[in-house]
Amino acid sequence: MNDLTSSAIPPVGPEDHVRRSGEEGIVVYADLACPRCAADWPRLRERPGRLVFRHFPVSSKHPRSPALHAAAEAAGRQGRFFELVDSLYADRAHVDDPHLWQWVERLGLDLERFEADRRSDAVQARIRSDFQAGIRAGVAGTPAVFDACTLQTVREREF
Amino acid sequence: MIAVGDQAPDFTLRDQDGEKVSLSDYKGRKVLLVFYPGDFSPVCGDQLSIYQEVKPEIAAKGVELVGVSVDSFFAHKAFQEKLGIDTTLLSDFEPKGEVARAYGSYLDAPLGFANRTLVLVDEVGKVAWTHESPNPGEFPGANVIFDALG
Repeated sequence: MNDLTSSAIPPVGPEDHVRRSGEEGIVVYADLACPRCAADWPRLRERPGRLVFRHFPVSSKHPRSPALHAAAEAAGRQGRFFELVDSLYADRAHVDDPHLWQWVERLGLDLERFEADRRSDAVQARIRSDFQAGIRAGVAGTPAVFDACTLQTVREREF
Repeated sequence: MIAVGDQAPDFTLRDQDGEKVSLSDYKGRKVLLVFYPGDFSPVCGDQLSIYQEVKPEIAAKGVELVGVSVDSFFAHKAFQEKLGIDTTLLSDFEPKGEVARAYGSYLDAPLGFANRTLVLVDEVGKVAWTHESPNPGEFPGANVIFDALG
């Protein structure tokens, strides 16, 4: 059984999706179908320093989340992870499969490979791994932002 | 707040379908009572959604998850459908908050709802673990539940 007891977020590693280099920055656990994440994304994306994106699909609340995270992960396997994330957050009205195929075409990706990757066990496992690490770190809503240096949750939300 | 080792007060409340559910129905099983302020608040939605995501892992520990708030069972049904969850939600509606008060979770006026409180009741109806949030705006991540379940 997977251990979901408390643990700090894993250190940034080669598997991570990283925008901009450097040692300092933030780690974001986000849901690609979450309206709050979409609203916050432009601000998070422009923060100075390294940005690490980790998958946190809340599928009960956002039934389209698993498909979108799998699509982003598959795009990442062709080097275009953040381009697809940006597109999905910028245009939340176009997130069905035909729209994904349009994004794939616009980004110049191999559609056949994209389709195989997004349905693969490896991609599902990769997403689940991020999600479980987020649970262990106490992620309680998205986007959850961690300072990469101190591993402290940065309260981005107003209650 | 009710203390660990106390006998958990029995109750009978209606679930989201209007069916009566008693704590004693769970005898022989562990149940985690999740007291929360109210349906349709953003924080409560996040809490129940995230717990839903790990419900199979909680069930694998032999624990059933049950939400409790002062809302009517009609509201519970709509909230359950909005969130896409299948967690049982019990209506502590009339007398308002009576069960939350019995567990020491109720926040008096002007709030008038339960604080965000977790109460694990064991197979024989005794309180095995509790967690109360410092304020209703914060909820414990699911990791806290797994820490308690071991």
